[in-house]
Amino acid sequence: MQLKTSTWLFAVLLAAVTIIVPILNLAVPETSPLHFPTYGLSLFGKYLSFALLALSVDLIWGFCGILSLGHGAFFALGGYAMGMHLMRQIGDRGVYGNAELPDFMVFLDWQELPWYWYGFDSFAFAMAMVMLAPGVLAFVFGWFAFRSRVSGVYLSIITQAMTFALMLAFFRNDMGFGGNNGLTDFKELLGFDLRSQSTRVALFMASGTALLAGFVLCRMIVASKLGKILVGIRDAESRTRFLGYRVEHYKLFVFTLSAVMAGIAGALYVPQVGIINPGEFAPANSIEIVVWVALGGRGTLIGAIMGAVLVNLTKSYLTAAFPEIWLFALGGLFVGVTLFLPKGIAGSFGLARLIGARGQP
Amino acid sequence: MLRRIIILSLLLFAAAANHSPARAEQSDQMADLLQGLTAKSFKAKIAAVETLAASGDSRVVAPLTALLEGRLHRRKADGAIVIVQRQDGRKIFLDALTGTPLGEAKPRASRKIRVNNRLRGVLHGALGALTLFSPDPAQRLTAAQAMFKSAGADSLSPLAKAYLQETDGDVRQVLARTLAAARLRHGGDEEKLAAAKMLADYPDREVRDLLANTALQAQDKLLAAVTVASKSIEQRLAFFDVLQNLFQGISLSSVLLLAAIGLAITFGVMGVINMAHGEMVMLGAYTTHVVQVLVQEYFPGAFTHSLLLAIPSAFLIAGLFGVFLERSVIRFLYGRPLETLLATWGLSLMLQQFVRSIFGPTNKEVIAPSWMSGSIEITGGLVLTHNRIWIIVFAALVFLLLTLLIRYTDFGLRMRAVTQNRTMANSVGIRSNWIDAMTFGLGSGVAGLAGVALSQIDNVSPNLGQSYIIDSFLVVVFGGVGNLWGTMVGALSLGLANKFLEPYAGAVLGKILILVLVILFIQKRPRGLFALKGRAAEA
Amino acid sequence: MSEILYLDGISVSFGGFKALNDLSLVVEPGEMRAIIGPNGAGKTTMMDIITGRTRPDKGIALFQGDIDLTRMDEAQIANLGIGRKFQKPTVFESHSVEDNLQLAQKAPRGPLATLFAKLSDSQQAAIDETLEAIALTAARRRLAGELSHGQKQWLEIGMLLMQQPELLLVDEPVAGMTDAETEQTADLLRRIAQTRSVVVVEHDMEFVRALGTKVSVLHEGSVLSEGPLEAVQNDPRVIEVYLGR
Repeated sequence: MQLKTSTWLFAVLLAAVTIIVPILNLAVPETSPLHFPTYGLSLFGKYLSFALLALSVDLIWGFCGILSLGHGAFFALGGYAMGMHLMRQIGDRGVYGNAELPDFMVFLDWQELPWYWYGFDSFAFAMAMVMLAPGVLAFVFGWFAFRSRVSGVYLSIITQAMTFALMLAFFRNDMGFGGNNGLTDFKELLGFDLRSQSTRVALFMASGTALLAGFVLCRMIVASKLGKILVGIRDAESRTRFLGYRVEHYKLFVFTLSAVMAGIAGALYVPQVGIINPGEFAPANSIEIVVWVALGGRGTLIGAIMGAVLVNLTKSYLTAAFPEIWLFALGGLFVGVTLFLPKGIAGSFGLARLIGARGQP
Repeated sequence: MLRRIIILSLLLFAAAANHSPARAEQSDQMADLLQGLTAKSFKAKIAAVETLAASGDSRVVAPLTALLEGRLHRRKADGAIVIVQRQDGRKIFLDALTGTPLGEAKPRASRKIRVNNRLRGVLHGALGALTLFSPDPAQRLTAAQAMFKSAGADSLSPLAKAYLQETDGDVRQVLARTLAAARLRHGGDEEKLAAAKMLADYPDREVRDLLANTALQAQDKLLAAVTVASKSIEQRLAFFDVLQNLFQGISLSSVLLLAAIGLAITFGVMGVINMAHGEMVMLGAYTTHVVQVLVQEYFPGAFTHSLLLAIPSAFLIAGLFGVFLERSVIRFLYGRPLETLLATWGLSLMLQQFVRSIFGPTNKEVIAPSWMSGSIEITGGLVLTHNRIWIIVFAALVFLLLTLLIRYTDFGLRMRAVTQNRTMANSVGIRSNWIDAMTFGLGSGVAGLAGVALSQIDNVSPNLGQSYIIDSFLVVVFGGVGNLWGTMVGALSLGLANKFLEPYAGAVLGKILILVLVILFIQKRPRGLFALKGRAAEA
Repeated sequence: MSEILYLDGISVSFGGFKALNDLSLVVEPGEMRAIIGPNGAGKTTMMDIITGRTRPDKGIALFQGDIDLTRMDEAQIANLGIGRKFQKPTVFESHSVEDNLQLAQKAPRGPLATLFAKLSDSQQAAIDETLEAIALTAARRRLAGELSHGQKQWLEIGMLLMQQPELLLVDEPVAGMTDAETEQTADLLRRIAQTRSVVVVEHDMEFVRALGTKVSVLHEGSVLSEGPLEAVQNDPRVIEVYLGR
C-alpha cells in the first residue's frame, strides 16, 4: 500500500505538534511568549482525543456512508472503562477512605464491589476493556443492524436510540457507575499524579501519538482494496452486493473498528478532563461529532481532524466569552455547512486534490 | 390539615355559642373526664379517650382533635387542660371545652399531652364516631371513611345506628363498607361471615389488606369466606390495574401520537427527517403560555377558555415557522436525508437558544383551566384524570381531521400525488414546491397542537421538544413511513408497552427495554410495521 | 450437462399486485436468451428473483441443476457465478475505471482478504485485457462518474466480465445509446456469449434482432411465447398483447 505524499506531510505535522508543544511547555520559561501554558496543554490534549473520535466517525460516514448518531456512546464507554481504572487507583484516598469501594458505592451503602468492577485494578485489563466494551457493543449492534440491512436515516435513528438508552441506564445509581455524578476525583494513573505538569505532558503526547496512529491506520485502510470497497458500498451498495461482496461484513468490520477508535479516544479524554458522566451519552454530543466532520470535510480524514479542533477551539472560546451565543453558532454551523459547504473545508477551496480526498459523494 | 382546622374552629364557635348556665355543671363533669387524658400510662389515656367518646358530646371533638395534633396541653399553673392555638403570629391558650381564649401561651407555661401511635388510632376512631352523626354529609362521609381502619368494638353499635339513619346514598355506601369491616374485626361469628361476604363487593386495596390480615387468624368457615372474598377482590383489582394501565397507556399513546404525527407527515410525504420537530412542539407550548398571559391581562373573564384560543394560535405559529424553515433551509436539501437531519438539528439548537433568550431558561407556568383539572373516580382502584381524558380526545380529533384532510380534500389529493410520484405530479400541473411548503407547514402546525396538549401535562421549558423527539422518531419508524395508521398503531404499541412494562421493570428500565425492543424490531422489519412493498420501496 | 438456469412455477406478489405469476423459464449452458415484454411484465422482478434480491412466494429457482437460488442472498449468488447488469448503469462513480474493474475481479471477497490484497501481474493483465474489450483503455484512470452514458454501460459489462460469471443477466444494455454504440454492444454481447450463458432483457427490437437468439415474451408475470424472433412476432397472442386491446 502506497500512501500519498500529503498523508506523510500531515503525519509529520501531527508528530511535530506532539513533540514541539510539550517542549514549548517544559523547556521554554514561563516568561517567554513562546511558552505553552499547562492548562492549554490539557485543553489541546482534549481536542486531540476529540480529533481521534472525529476520525472514527469519518471512517464510517465519509468512506462507508454509515451516519452513526451514537458514536458518543462508544467514546463514553471507553471513557468509563478508563474512569473505572482511575477510580480503583484512588484506593483509600477517597472521602470515605474505603480501600475496597469507590466513594459513591460507600455513599449508596453498597457492601461489596460489583462483579463487573473486578479486574479494573489492572491497567492492562482496563485498557483491554477500553477497546472491548465499545468494540463488542458495536459488533453486536452492527451484527443485528447490518444483517437486516437497516441503513440510511433508519440506522441513524436507532444508533441515536442506542446512545439514549445507554444514557438513561448510566444515570441510574444501581447500575454501579456512579449514576448522575459519574466517576471523578481521580488521583493518579500508573502511579503518576494526574495534576502534575509532567503527567499532563505525557497524556498530551499519548493523545497525539494515538491520533497519529489512528490517522495512519485509517489512511492505510482507505487506500487498500477494502477501502475502495467501502466507498463502493457508500456510493452503490447493491452494485457491491451483486459483485459478490458481503456488504454486512464490511460494514460490521469498519463499524467495530471505528467504535474501538472512539473508545480509545474516550480513554484519553477522561484523565485529561478528570471526569466522566452520563452526559457524554447524550444524543446531542453524538450529533455534534458529526458536525465536526462535516465542517472539516467528510471522507478526507484530515478534514475530520481539522474540524474537531476548529469547532472545539471555537466552543471553548465562545462558551467562556459569550455563553448565550454558542448554541446559535453551533446551530448555524450545522445549517451553514450543509447548505453552503457540503464538502467541508478540506473538500472545498481546491484542497481536495491537495490532500488526496477520495471523491466526494 | 387546613380543613381540619376550619372544622375545629367551627366547632369551637358552636361550642362557645351554646355555652349556657344549664350546661355549666355538665361542663365541669366533662372537664374532670378531660383530666383523665393527663394520666401517666397510655393505657389510662386510651380509657379516658374512650370514655369521652362514649359521652357522645360534640364538645369533646375539639380537645380530641387538638390532642391528635399535639396541641392539647396541661397548664402548669392550675393543671387546666387547654388548647394551644396560633393567632396573629403568637400563641394563645383556649379553654379545651368552651374555646374561650385564656391569654397568651408563654413557652414552658404548659406541658404537651403526649400521644403514641396506638392512642392516635383510638383518637381517629373516636373522632370518627363523634362526627358520624354530624348534620353535614361531607363530615359524615369523612368520618365513615376514617373509621374503616380505626373502628373498635365499641364503634359497632354507633356505626350500625348511623347506617340505619343515613339518608345520603354515597355516605350509606361508605358506611356499609366501614360497618362490614368493623364487624369482620369485632363482630360475632355469624356477623363476621356475613361481613366477609359483603366486603367482596368493595374491591379496593384497603379491603384487600383487611381481608388478608383477617385470613391470617381466621379458621374454618370464616377462613373459607374470607378467602373467597379475597380472591374475588384480587381478581377485580387486577382487572382494574389492567384498566388503569390501559388508560395511562392510551393517554401516553395519544401524547406520542400528537408528537409523532406531524413528523410522520413530513417524513412520509417529503422524506425529510425534521430534527427540529420537537422545537415546533415547544413553540406550540410557549404559544399556549403567551396566549394565557395575554388573555389574563386583557380578557380575564375568558381565562378558562384561553386554551381554546391557544389551539389555533399554536397551529398557526408553529405552522408558519415550519413554512419559513422549509423555504429558507430544507428545500435546498431534498434528496439528501442525512444532510437534512444535520441541518434541522442545527435549527433545533438555534430555536432552543432563541426561546431561552426570550423567555429565560426556567419553566413557564401554564395553568390548567377548571374543566381540565380534577378526576373521575370509577372505583377505589380506577381514577381517570380529566386532563388525560381531554388529551386522548384531542389526539383522536387531530388524527381524525388529518385523515379526513389527506383523504378527502384537494390538498390531500395533491399531497398524496407528490408522495407517490413527484415528477408525474409536477407534469400534471401540481406545484410540488408549494405542496412541500404547505405539507411542512401542516406537519409543524400539528406539532404546535401537540405543544398545546403537552403544556397541560409537562413543564414548558426550552428543552420540552428534546424529550419527545427520540420517542416520536421511534413511533414513526416503528409504524412505518408514509402511513398515518401506522403512526397510530406505532404510538399505541409503544405507549401501551411502556405503561405495561413500567410496573415490572420501573420507569427507566421500562423505557430502555422499549428502546431495545424497537431496535430489535427494526432489524426484523427495517421499514416498519406498515412498510410499502415492492420495487417502489427499494428505490 | 443440466440446465444452467431452471425456473419453475415462480410467483411473487407485492401487496396484491402479482408481479410474477407461475413463471417458468429454462436457459441452457452457453445459450443467449432475449427476454422481451411490455412494462410491468415482470422482467426486472424475474432478475430480482434469480439474483436473490426478492424471495418468491412459491416456485423453484435452480442454478446449474441443483443449487437452490431462493435460499441465498445476493452476494452468495454472485459468487456462484451469476452476474447482473442493472437497467440504470451502476458503477462506482468515485473510483477510477481501473479500480472499478479491480473491485469486480474474481478474488477472495472477505474483508481481511481485501484489506491486505495486492494486485498480481496476472490480475493486472486480466484488467488490461478487459479494458481493451470494452474500449476504455484510454480512460482507465478517469473517474467512472466522468464517463459518458454508453461508456458506463460498457464499464458495467466489463465489470461483469471480471467476475467471470457462468450466467450473465443484462437489463436493457442499450437504453439511451446511439445506433453505433448499440451495434458495438450487440457485438460485445455476442462475443461474451461464446463462453457463457447470457440473458438479455430488452425493449429494442432491432437490437434483439441483431443478437439473433431465441426470444421469450413475458406478459403479466408469465411466459407468453418462446422461440426465434420471427416465430414469436407472428404468434397471435403476442400480437394481441402488443397491438391489441
